[in-house]
Amino acid sequence: MRLIFITLLALIIATAVGVGSTYMTATRGTDLGTLRIGAWTARPKNGTADVDPYSRATIARNGELPIGTGDGIAFSATTDDKKKPLDGRCDVLVSGVTPAARFWTLTLFDQKGHLVANSLQRYGFTSQEIIRGSDGMFEIRIASRSRAGNWLPTGGIERYALMLRLYDTPVGVATRTQRDAPMPSISMVGCP
Amino acid sequence: MIRLLFTIIAGVLLGGVVHLVSVLALPRIATQDAYSRLTPMTKLNAVTALPLADPNNSPMPFMDPAFALAICRYDLAGGPIKLTVPVSQAYTSVSFYTRNEVAYYAINDRSAGKKVIELDLMTEAQHNELPEDEDVTAADRLIIDSPTTTGLILLKALAAEPGLMPQAQASLAASSCRVQIDAPAAKQEEPAAAPAPPPPRTKR
Repeated sequence: MRLIFITLLALIIATAVGVGSTYMTATRGTDLGTLRIGAWTARPKNGTADVDPYSRATIARNGELPIGTGDGIAFSATTDDKKKPLDGRCDVLVSGVTPAARFWTLTLFDQKGHLVANSLQRYGFTSQEIIRGSDGMFEIRIASRSRAGNWLPTGGIERYALMLRLYDTPVGVATRTQRDAPMPSISMVGCP
Repeated sequence: MIRLLFTIIAGVLLGGVVHLVSVLALPRIATQDAYSRLTPMTKLNAVTALPLADPNNSPMPFMDPAFALAICRYDLAGGPIKLTVPVSQAYTSVSFYTRNEVAYYAINDRSAGKKVIELDLMTEAQHNELPEDEDVTAADRLIIDSPTTTGLILLKALAAEPGLMPQAQASLAASSCRVQIDAPAAKQEEPAAAPAPPPPRTKR
Protein backbone atom coordinates (compact mmCIF):
# COMPACT_ATOMS: atom_id res chain seq x y z
CA MET A 1 0.00 0.00 0.00
CA ARG A 2 2.77 2.36 0.99
CA LEU A 3 4.79 1.45 -2.10
CA ILE A 4 1.87 2.25 -4.36
CA PHE A 5 1.39 5.59 -2.66
CA ILE A 6 5.07 6.50 -3.01
CA THR A 7 5.24 5.48 -6.67
CA LEU A 8 2.10 7.42 -7.39
CA LEU A 9 3.46 10.49 -5.62
CA ALA A 10 6.73 10.28 -7.59
CA LEU A 11 4.83 10.01 -10.85
CA ILE A 12 2.60 12.95 -9.99
CA ILE A 13 5.62 15.10 -9.14
CA ALA A 14 7.32 13.98 -12.36
CA THR A 15 4.31 14.93 -14.46
CA ALA A 16 3.89 18.28 -12.76
CA VAL A 17 7.58 19.19 -13.03
CA GLY A 18 7.99 17.90 -16.58
CA VAL A 19 4.85 19.30 -18.18
CA GLY A 20 5.07 22.52 -16.16
CA SER A 21 8.62 23.28 -17.22
CA THR A 22 7.84 22.42 -20.85
CA TYR A 23 4.86 24.77 -20.77
CA MET A 24 7.01 27.53 -19.29
CA THR A 25 9.80 27.18 -21.85
CA ALA A 26 7.37 26.88 -24.76
CA THR A 27 5.42 30.00 -23.82
CA ARG A 28 8.14 32.24 -22.45
CA GLY A 29 11.09 30.93 -24.42
CA THR A 30 14.62 30.37 -23.24
CA ASP A 31 17.79 32.39 -23.50
CA LEU A 32 19.39 29.79 -25.72
CA GLY A 33 21.04 31.47 -28.71
CA THR A 34 19.26 34.77 -28.07
CA LEU A 35 20.81 37.95 -29.40
CA ARG A 36 20.08 40.98 -27.21
CA ILE A 37 20.72 44.52 -28.38
CA GLY A 38 19.20 47.14 -26.10
CA ALA A 39 15.58 46.19 -25.59
CA TRP A 40 15.55 44.11 -28.79
CA THR A 41 15.91 40.36 -28.89
CA ALA A 42 16.30 38.05 -31.85
CA ARG A 43 16.98 34.36 -32.35
CA PRO A 44 19.03 34.21 -35.53
CA LYS A 45 19.20 30.41 -35.42
CA ASN A 46 15.42 30.08 -35.71
CA GLY A 47 15.77 30.68 -39.42
CA THR A 48 18.22 27.84 -39.95
CA ALA A 49 18.06 24.07 -39.94
CA ASP A 50 19.96 23.89 -36.62
CA VAL A 51 17.27 25.62 -34.58
CA ASP A 52 17.33 24.51 -30.93
CA PRO A 53 14.60 22.17 -29.62
CA TYR A 54 13.13 24.80 -27.29
CA SER A 55 12.62 27.27 -30.12
CA ARG A 56 11.15 24.51 -32.27
CA ALA A 57 8.65 23.74 -29.51
CA THR A 58 7.75 27.43 -29.21
CA ILE A 59 7.34 27.82 -32.97
CA ALA A 60 5.13 24.73 -33.22
CA ARG A 61 3.03 25.85 -30.29
CA ASN A 62 2.53 29.39 -31.63
CA GLY A 63 1.86 28.16 -35.14
CA GLU A 64 4.19 30.65 -36.77
CA LEU A 65 6.65 30.34 -39.62
CA PRO A 66 10.03 31.75 -38.54
CA ILE A 67 11.77 34.05 -40.99
CA GLY A 68 14.49 32.19 -42.88
CA THR A 69 18.12 33.29 -42.62
CA GLY A 70 18.41 33.90 -46.37
CA ASP A 71 15.42 36.19 -46.11
CA GLY A 72 16.07 38.30 -43.03
CA ILE A 73 15.88 38.47 -39.26
CA ALA A 74 13.19 39.49 -36.79
CA PHE A 75 13.88 41.50 -33.63
CA SER A 76 11.16 41.91 -31.05
CA ALA A 77 10.83 44.16 -28.02
CA THR A 78 8.28 44.08 -25.23
CA THR A 79 9.99 46.64 -22.99
CA ASP A 80 11.67 50.00 -23.42
CA ASP A 81 15.40 50.55 -22.91
CA LYS A 82 14.87 50.85 -19.15
CA LYS A 83 13.13 47.45 -19.03
CA LYS A 84 9.71 48.97 -18.44
CA PRO A 85 6.97 47.02 -20.23
CA LEU A 86 5.57 48.83 -23.26
CA ASP A 87 2.21 50.34 -22.37
CA GLY A 88 -0.26 51.23 -25.11
CA ARG A 89 -1.65 54.14 -23.11
CA CYS A 90 1.75 55.86 -22.95
CA ASP A 91 3.75 57.69 -25.60
CA VAL A 92 6.71 55.64 -26.73
CA LEU A 93 9.44 56.98 -28.98
CA VAL A 94 11.43 54.65 -31.24
CA SER A 95 14.31 56.59 -32.69
CA GLY A 96 17.73 56.32 -34.21
CA VAL A 97 19.04 54.17 -37.00
CA THR A 98 18.60 50.57 -38.08
CA PRO A 99 21.24 48.03 -39.11
CA ALA A 100 22.12 47.75 -42.78
CA ALA A 101 19.29 46.11 -44.66
CA ARG A 102 17.61 46.52 -48.02
CA PHE A 103 14.21 46.92 -46.36
CA TRP A 104 12.88 46.83 -42.86
CA THR A 105 9.43 46.86 -41.33
CA LEU A 106 8.33 47.82 -37.83
CA THR A 107 5.06 46.27 -36.72
CA LEU A 108 2.99 46.47 -33.56
CA PHE A 109 1.39 43.26 -32.28
CA ASP A 110 -0.60 42.35 -29.23
CA GLN A 111 0.87 39.68 -26.99
CA LYS A 112 -0.65 36.84 -28.98
CA GLY A 113 0.80 38.07 -32.25
CA HIS A 114 -2.34 39.65 -33.70
CA LEU A 115 -2.37 43.09 -35.26
CA VAL A 116 -4.10 45.80 -33.28
CA ALA A 117 -7.21 47.27 -34.88
CA ASN A 118 -7.26 51.02 -35.54
CA SER A 119 -9.30 53.32 -37.76
CA LEU A 120 -6.27 54.23 -39.88
CA GLN A 121 -5.56 50.56 -40.65
CA ARG A 122 -1.93 51.31 -39.91
CA TYR A 123 -0.21 48.38 -38.29
CA GLY A 124 3.38 49.33 -38.87
CA PHE A 125 5.86 51.13 -41.06
CA THR A 126 8.17 50.03 -43.81
CA SER A 127 11.57 51.65 -44.34
CA GLN A 128 10.20 53.45 -47.41
CA GLU A 129 7.18 54.98 -45.73
CA ILE A 130 9.04 56.53 -42.88
CA ILE A 131 9.73 60.27 -42.69
CA ARG A 132 13.36 60.87 -41.79
CA GLY A 133 15.32 63.81 -40.53
CA SER A 134 18.05 65.39 -42.65
CA ASP A 135 20.65 63.20 -40.93
CA GLY A 136 18.86 59.99 -41.91
CA MET A 137 17.62 59.34 -38.40
CA PHE A 138 13.96 58.70 -37.80
CA GLU A 139 11.52 59.00 -34.94
CA ILE A 140 8.41 56.88 -34.63
CA ARG A 141 5.84 57.86 -32.03
CA ILE A 142 3.76 55.03 -30.67
CA ALA A 143 0.71 56.36 -28.87
CA SER A 144 -3.01 55.81 -28.55
CA ARG A 145 -3.89 59.36 -29.70
CA SER A 146 -2.75 60.82 -33.00
CA ARG A 147 0.67 62.45 -33.15
CA ALA A 148 2.53 64.43 -35.80
CA GLY A 149 5.11 62.69 -37.96
CA ASN A 150 5.45 58.92 -37.91
CA TRP A 151 2.59 57.92 -35.67
CA LEU A 152 1.88 54.27 -34.93
CA PRO A 153 -1.46 53.79 -33.14
CA THR A 154 -1.67 51.38 -30.21
CA GLY A 155 -5.44 51.23 -29.95
CA GLY A 156 -4.95 51.84 -26.23
CA ILE A 157 -4.14 48.20 -25.41
CA GLU A 158 -2.20 47.66 -22.24
CA ARG A 159 0.68 45.48 -23.40
CA TYR A 160 2.11 45.14 -26.87
CA ALA A 161 5.19 43.96 -28.68
CA LEU A 162 7.17 45.69 -31.39
CA MET A 163 8.75 43.68 -34.13
CA LEU A 164 11.49 45.06 -36.32
CA ARG A 165 12.18 42.84 -39.29
CA LEU A 166 15.23 43.37 -41.46
CA TYR A 167 15.16 41.93 -44.95
CA ASP A 168 18.22 41.11 -47.03
CA THR A 169 20.64 41.99 -44.29
CA PRO A 170 24.10 40.93 -43.12
CA VAL A 171 22.77 40.80 -39.53
CA GLY A 172 22.37 37.19 -38.48
CA VAL A 173 23.99 34.30 -36.69
CA ALA A 174 27.38 36.05 -36.58
CA THR A 175 26.05 39.27 -35.05
CA ARG A 176 27.01 39.83 -31.42
CA THR A 177 26.89 43.48 -30.40
CA GLN A 178 25.34 46.88 -30.91
CA ARG A 179 28.27 47.86 -33.14
CA ASP A 180 27.40 45.17 -35.70
CA ALA A 181 23.75 46.06 -35.54
CA PRO A 182 22.86 49.56 -34.33
CA MET A 183 19.26 49.16 -33.20
CA PRO A 184 16.92 52.10 -32.59
CA SER A 185 16.32 53.11 -28.99
CA ILE A 186 12.94 52.74 -27.33
CA SER A 187 11.97 55.27 -24.68
CA MET A 188 8.81 56.04 -22.81
CA VAL A 189 8.31 59.80 -23.15
CA GLY A 190 5.04 60.40 -21.45
CA CYS A 191 2.37 58.57 -19.58
CA PRO A 192 -1.00 60.17 -19.00
CA MET B 1 10.72 10.62 6.23
CA ILE B 2 13.78 9.65 4.19
CA ARG B 3 11.51 7.67 1.94
CA LEU B 4 9.43 10.74 1.20
CA LEU B 5 12.59 12.67 0.37
CA PHE B 6 13.67 9.94 -2.04
CA THR B 7 10.24 10.02 -3.60
CA ILE B 8 10.47 13.74 -4.22
CA ILE B 9 13.99 13.50 -5.66
CA ALA B 10 12.94 10.61 -7.90
CA GLY B 11 9.88 12.60 -8.98
CA VAL B 12 11.94 15.65 -9.90
CA LEU B 13 14.49 13.57 -11.82
CA LEU B 14 11.75 11.78 -13.66
CA GLY B 15 10.17 15.19 -14.28
CA GLY B 16 13.37 16.27 -16.03
CA VAL B 17 13.06 13.29 -18.35
CA VAL B 18 9.40 14.09 -18.98
CA HIS B 19 10.39 17.69 -19.75
CA LEU B 20 13.05 16.70 -22.29
CA VAL B 21 10.80 14.16 -23.98
CA SER B 22 7.87 16.56 -24.17
CA VAL B 23 9.99 19.41 -25.58
CA LEU B 24 11.31 17.13 -28.30
CA ALA B 25 7.88 15.68 -28.98
CA LEU B 26 6.00 18.99 -29.03
CA PRO B 27 6.69 19.89 -32.67
CA ARG B 28 5.28 16.49 -33.69
CA ILE B 29 2.19 16.49 -31.53
CA ALA B 30 1.25 20.18 -31.87
CA THR B 31 -2.14 20.42 -33.57
CA GLN B 32 -2.13 24.19 -34.05
CA ASP B 33 1.22 24.47 -35.79
CA ALA B 34 1.52 26.48 -38.99
CA TYR B 35 1.26 23.45 -41.29
CA SER B 36 -1.94 22.23 -39.65
CA ARG B 37 -3.43 25.72 -39.69
CA LEU B 38 -2.63 26.24 -43.35
CA THR B 39 -3.71 22.77 -44.53
CA PRO B 40 -7.45 23.53 -44.79
CA MET B 41 -6.92 26.81 -46.64
CA THR B 42 -4.23 25.81 -49.12
CA LYS B 43 -4.09 23.50 -52.12
CA LEU B 44 -1.52 20.74 -52.39
CA ASN B 45 1.30 21.36 -54.87
CA ALA B 46 -0.17 24.67 -56.00
CA VAL B 47 0.25 28.30 -55.00
CA THR B 48 -2.49 29.65 -52.74
CA ALA B 49 -2.53 33.32 -51.86
CA LEU B 50 -3.03 33.97 -48.15
CA PRO B 51 -5.47 36.65 -47.05
CA LEU B 52 -3.80 39.88 -45.94
CA ALA B 53 -3.01 40.02 -42.26
CA ASP B 54 -5.70 41.93 -40.44
CA PRO B 55 -6.57 42.28 -36.75
CA ASN B 56 -9.59 39.99 -36.74
CA ASN B 57 -8.27 37.06 -38.63
CA SER B 58 -4.76 36.18 -39.61
CA PRO B 59 -3.76 32.64 -40.52
CA MET B 60 -0.59 32.85 -38.43
CA PRO B 61 0.60 34.99 -35.53
CA PHE B 62 3.25 37.68 -36.12
CA MET B 63 2.57 37.97 -39.86
CA ASP B 64 4.13 41.00 -41.48
CA PRO B 65 1.27 43.18 -42.81
CA ALA B 66 3.57 44.86 -45.32
CA PHE B 67 3.88 41.64 -47.32
CA ALA B 68 1.67 39.80 -49.73
CA LEU B 69 2.02 36.13 -48.88
CA ALA B 70 1.33 32.91 -50.72
CA ILE B 71 1.85 29.31 -49.70
CA CYS B 72 2.73 26.25 -51.70
CA ARG B 73 2.07 23.18 -49.59
CA TYR B 74 4.09 20.44 -51.19
CA ASP B 75 4.24 16.68 -51.22
CA LEU B 76 7.21 15.30 -53.11
CA ALA B 77 5.90 11.72 -53.21
CA GLY B 78 4.67 12.29 -56.77
CA GLY B 79 7.99 13.66 -57.99
CA PRO B 80 10.09 16.83 -57.74
CA ILE B 81 8.47 20.23 -57.70
CA LYS B 82 9.27 23.15 -59.94
CA LEU B 83 8.76 26.59 -58.45
CA THR B 84 8.81 29.81 -60.43
CA VAL B 85 8.22 33.17 -58.80
CA PRO B 86 8.42 36.40 -60.80
CA VAL B 87 10.28 39.11 -58.91
CA SER B 88 8.13 42.02 -57.74
CA GLN B 89 9.22 45.64 -57.73
CA ALA B 90 10.45 45.95 -54.18
CA TYR B 91 11.49 42.71 -52.59
CA THR B 92 10.55 39.08 -53.12
CA SER B 93 11.66 36.07 -51.16
CA VAL B 94 10.98 32.37 -51.01
CA SER B 95 11.40 30.36 -47.79
CA PHE B 96 11.22 26.60 -47.42
CA TYR B 97 9.93 24.85 -44.31
CA THR B 98 9.78 21.19 -43.36
CA ARG B 99 6.58 19.58 -42.12
CA ASN B 100 7.62 20.69 -38.61
CA GLU B 101 8.34 24.31 -39.53
CA VAL B 102 12.11 24.15 -39.65
CA ALA B 103 13.25 26.86 -42.07
CA TYR B 104 15.86 24.94 -44.03
CA TYR B 105 16.33 27.31 -46.94
CA ALA B 106 15.45 30.84 -47.97
CA ILE B 107 16.41 32.92 -50.95
CA ASN B 108 15.58 36.47 -52.00
CA ASP B 109 15.36 38.14 -55.37
CA ARG B 110 18.85 39.60 -55.19
CA SER B 111 20.59 36.33 -54.42
CA ALA B 112 18.55 34.68 -57.17
CA GLY B 113 19.93 37.37 -59.46
CA LYS B 114 17.25 37.08 -62.12
CA LYS B 115 13.83 38.46 -62.95
CA VAL B 116 12.30 35.12 -62.03
CA ILE B 117 13.24 32.93 -59.08
CA GLU B 118 13.33 29.39 -60.45
CA LEU B 119 13.92 26.42 -58.19
CA ASP B 120 13.59 22.67 -58.26
CA LEU B 121 12.62 21.07 -54.99
CA MET B 122 13.19 17.37 -54.46
CA THR B 123 13.99 14.85 -51.81
CA GLU B 124 17.57 13.70 -51.43
CA ALA B 125 16.69 10.35 -53.02
CA GLN B 126 15.19 12.06 -56.05
CA HIS B 127 18.27 14.26 -56.33
CA ASN B 128 20.52 11.22 -56.36
CA GLU B 129 18.46 9.65 -59.12
CA LEU B 130 19.03 12.62 -61.41
CA PRO B 131 21.29 11.77 -64.33
CA GLU B 132 24.53 13.53 -63.54
CA ASP B 133 26.09 14.86 -66.70
CA GLU B 134 22.91 16.10 -68.28
CA ASP B 135 22.02 19.70 -68.83
CA VAL B 136 19.36 19.43 -66.09
CA THR B 137 22.13 19.96 -63.54
CA ALA B 138 23.38 23.03 -65.36
CA ALA B 139 24.59 25.83 -63.15
CA ASP B 140 21.61 28.07 -63.66
CA ARG B 141 19.24 25.44 -62.35
CA LEU B 142 18.94 25.66 -58.60
CA ILE B 143 18.13 22.39 -56.88
CA ILE B 144 16.98 22.35 -53.26
CA ASP B 145 16.93 19.15 -51.22
CA SER B 146 13.96 18.89 -48.91
CA PRO B 147 14.67 17.01 -45.65
CA THR B 148 11.02 15.87 -45.48
CA THR B 149 8.62 14.70 -48.17
CA THR B 150 5.99 17.24 -47.19
CA GLY B 151 6.38 20.85 -46.16
CA LEU B 152 5.60 24.45 -46.93
CA ILE B 153 7.03 27.02 -49.31
CA LEU B 154 6.30 30.60 -48.29
CA LEU B 155 6.37 33.18 -51.07
CA LYS B 156 6.59 36.80 -49.98
CA ALA B 157 6.41 40.05 -51.91
CA LEU B 158 6.89 43.36 -50.15
CA ALA B 159 4.50 46.26 -50.68
CA ALA B 160 6.78 49.08 -49.57
CA GLU B 161 3.76 51.37 -49.41
CA PRO B 162 0.15 50.26 -48.84
CA GLY B 163 -0.75 51.40 -52.37
CA LEU B 164 1.67 48.90 -53.88
CA MET B 165 -0.07 45.89 -52.35
CA PRO B 166 -2.07 45.00 -55.51
CA GLN B 167 1.16 44.85 -57.50
CA ALA B 168 2.83 42.64 -54.92
CA GLN B 169 -0.18 40.33 -54.92
CA ALA B 170 -0.23 40.23 -58.70
CA SER B 171 3.39 39.14 -58.90
CA LEU B 172 2.69 36.29 -56.48
CA ALA B 173 -0.44 35.34 -58.41
CA ALA B 174 1.77 34.86 -61.47
CA SER B 175 4.00 32.36 -59.66
CA SER B 176 3.62 28.63 -60.02
CA CYS B 177 4.50 25.54 -58.05
CA ARG B 178 3.79 22.18 -59.60
CA VAL B 179 4.99 18.61 -59.85
CA GLN B 180 7.40 18.25 -62.74
CA ILE B 181 5.74 16.29 -65.48
CA ASP B 182 8.96 15.49 -67.29
CA ALA B 183 10.60 14.03 -64.19
CA PRO B 184 9.36 10.41 -64.53
CA ALA B 185 10.29 10.47 -68.21
CA ALA B 186 13.83 11.51 -67.36
CA LYS B 187 14.11 8.58 -65.00
CA GLN B 188 13.00 6.11 -67.66
CA GLU B 189 15.41 7.52 -70.19
CA GLU B 190 18.31 7.10 -67.88
CA PRO B 191 18.79 3.30 -68.18
CA ALA B 192 18.24 3.50 -71.93
CA ALA B 193 20.67 6.35 -72.30
CA ALA B 194 23.32 4.80 -70.10
CA PRO B 195 24.58 2.15 -72.56
CA ALA B 196 24.66 4.67 -75.39
CA PRO B 197 27.40 7.03 -74.15
CA PRO B 198 30.32 4.52 -74.10
CA PRO B 199 30.87 4.42 -77.89
CA PRO B 200 31.71 8.15 -78.16
CA ARG B 201 34.13 7.72 -75.29
CA THR B 202 36.08 5.01 -77.12
CA LYS B 203 36.24 7.19 -80.19
CA ARG B 204 38.01 9.86 -78.19
